[in-house]
Amino acid sequence: MTRNDVGSGPPGQPDQPQPGERDPWLEVSGRKQRRRRVVLADSKGRSKVTRTIVELEEQTSVGEKLVRDLINQQLRTAFLLGGSTLLFLCLLPALFLWVPAISEVQVVGVRLPWIILALLPFPLFYCIGFWFRRTAERHERDFVSMVDR
Amino acid sequence: MTKDLWSLSGVVVVAVVTFLLGYVGSRRANSTPDFLVARRAVPSTRNAAAISGEYLSAASFLGVAGLVLKDGIDALWYPIGFTAGYLALMLFVAAPLRRSGAYTLPDFAEARLGSTGLRHVCTFFVVCIGVLYLVPQLQSAGLTLNTITGLPAWLGGAVVTVIVVVNVLGGGMRAITLVQAFQYWGKLFAIAAPTFVLFVVFLGGPSNGAQAIDDNGLLRFHEDITFTTGDPVRIRVSEPIMLDVRGVVDGTPTDGPVLWNKGVYTLGAETVLGVQAGSAVPVVDGVPTTNEGWLKPQRSGLSGLFETYSLIFATFLGTMGLPHVLVRFYTNPDGTAARRTALHVLYLLGLFYIFPTVLGVISRQFLPQLLVTGKTDAAVLMLPNTMLPNLGGQILGAIVAAGAFAAFLSTSSGLVVSVAGVVSTDILPGKVRDFRWATVLTGAVAIGLALLLPRGDASLTVAMSFALAASTFCPMLVLGIWWRGLTWVGAVYGLVVGGGLVIIAQGITVASSYTGHWAPSVASQPALITVPIAFITMIVVSKGTRRRRPEDVNQILLRLHAPDPLGFIQDRDVARFGSVEEKARLDLKHRGTGGPRP
Repeated sequence: MTRNDVGSGPPGQPDQPQPGERDPWLEVSGRKQRRRRVVLADSKGRSKVTRTIVELEEQTSVGEKLVRDLINQQLRTAFLLGGSTLLFLCLLPALFLWVPAISEVQVVGVRLPWIILALLPFPLFYCIGFWFRRTAERHERDFVSMVDR
Repeated sequence: MTKDLWSLSGVVVVAVVTFLLGYVGSRRANSTPDFLVARRAVPSTRNAAAISGEYLSAASFLGVAGLVLKDGIDALWYPIGFTAGYLALMLFVAAPLRRSGAYTLPDFAEARLGSTGLRHVCTFFVVCIGVLYLVPQLQSAGLTLNTITGLPAWLGGAVVTVIVVVNVLGGGMRAITLVQAFQYWGKLFAIAAPTFVLFVVFLGGPSNGAQAIDDNGLLRFHEDITFTTGDPVRIRVSEPIMLDVRGVVDGTPTDGPVLWNKGVYTLGAETVLGVQAGSAVPVVDGVPTTNEGWLKPQRSGLSGLFETYSLIFATFLGTMGLPHVLVRFYTNPDGTAARRTALHVLYLLGLFYIFPTVLGVISRQFLPQLLVTGKTDAAVLMLPNTMLPNLGGQILGAIVAAGAFAAFLSTSSGLVVSVAGVVSTDILPGKVRDFRWATVLTGAVAIGLALLLPRGDASLTVAMSFALAASTFCPMLVLGIWWRGLTWVGAVYGLVVGGGLVIIAQGITVASSYTGHWAPSVASQPALITVPIAFITMIVVSKGTRRRRPEDVNQILLRLHAPDPLGFIQDRDVARFGSVEEKARLDLKHRGTGGPRP
């Protein structure tokens, strides 16, 4: 946003104050502020990211390998977490069917299967989801920092 | 009459608040991206509340408690599956789907596989699933309004349709986002408050539930009671009972006291039954007859196991294929936000589903007559007045009624927006005016079907839409997002085979329900078989038509998976419908040479 608002100079270049804009009594502090902002904000990311994006889009062999690795990594995480959740869910009915003794156990007056099915799954799903979010976002950060070096 | 007034005012309050929020939300909605995807600017917490509000339909608000009352512990797989579906959606679909930049499910199909033919097939299935989901919502809205206020049954569906259509006309997705988010919290309150109060009453009551339910293995009436069946029903009597009957039993008119021995009886519509305290409760055929069968999991052996697995499969994989759920994920600003939204939904749904379970358990103690009439969906609505026959009960009843009404409104509005979005962009040119026409059309067709079609079991049709979504869109999305080899030919074959099998299975179920229940349980819950078939079809056909792979598949997959800061997202709605200025901004962003990053 700030670039477009100020944006009189070419991208990535510090904005030169126009002659008419100068206020003599603000000159020193005003110039300092400007210089500081330009150096930190603009020159770092864009040109390099742009180059990487071009490289990724043109699917050079390096770029393609990077993308493939990212996709495989994300897919592996999703499969691992989704598969184990499904396996856990599918084991429960089998367990109840072949080990009926579980149904006899009571915890504070409520039978164990009721607790397992009514309360346990929801926090479990949230924890798995939370874990996945963290892992997936870490993979993406790694990817960005790799292409952005 | 006072009870009617309380409930009616609860419903009116919900309707008015819905209108107001819809008006507030749609004040600045004027472009197609506003109507389709709310300009992709919905923060993830609000979007999560809106998704949960939309997802918790009457099947959840009323149905889960009813199923627990009827089937006992095995019914708990429904809320588990409904929630687990979002986990699967988050793992496999959420972020890449948003990054595709599509604005409807058919648009995603075209963006990924580059075929307008496939797009039309997807449109067909979106409309199918949407209508399948919408019609029972409107039908049960009518029935619910009839139960709680005595208004005629057609009126409820009509009222819901009018409110929804007017709201959507005003601002499309912009209008309903705020409404659905509010309705989630409204529903949570409407089910949590009665649950807390009634649970205290239940624990403090003279006949503390735990022992009475175990009484001699059978559920018994705790007081003399007279009640009326609604629709014809087949019931199973497991211990001889004396009762007063006025109506039609097994085809012969009966009037006066009779003795029923063990066996199955068919009751006609509007049969009046008077039973005495202490007699065993006859139950609808097919429901556990003993307390033990209700209390313990997996009592029906291997076929029950198969049904449970199929249910888990359908809900786990079906949620990610429901068009009205997916379209809400397009409203997120970027892929990371979509993932966070899904995570938040997991927490909101888990919070909600504790309460209907508790209400279902309590209602087995207080509303055993519902097991005879089979109308267990009414349990949540009737429980407050039955347990607290005073002002407190009436107020709680009004809160529950308002919550149920909110459930109909939020789900229906989400469905109308998603179907109208698809119709307006795929069949009509896609301007705002077309969206409005499509909304009116969708509403009219839905209410027409709801009034014409016989009222089926709402949970059956919802189960079918899950199975249909799991066997059509789920494989297309998962393979399209993760596998480079998918071709549009493979996708079309998979959709047709998977969807066709589910529709055939449901046809068999309906036919067998009229001619003596001969169909195996596979037919009523086919997902466990149809989903793998759909996956295999798509993979095999795609391998056979390798040359039809889109040439730019690598770029497309890059766009689906590249982290958001790299700025690969191209919003296709802006590209197609946006103003010149928006297009220019999109163009700049895409080329990465300037302009603001989201």
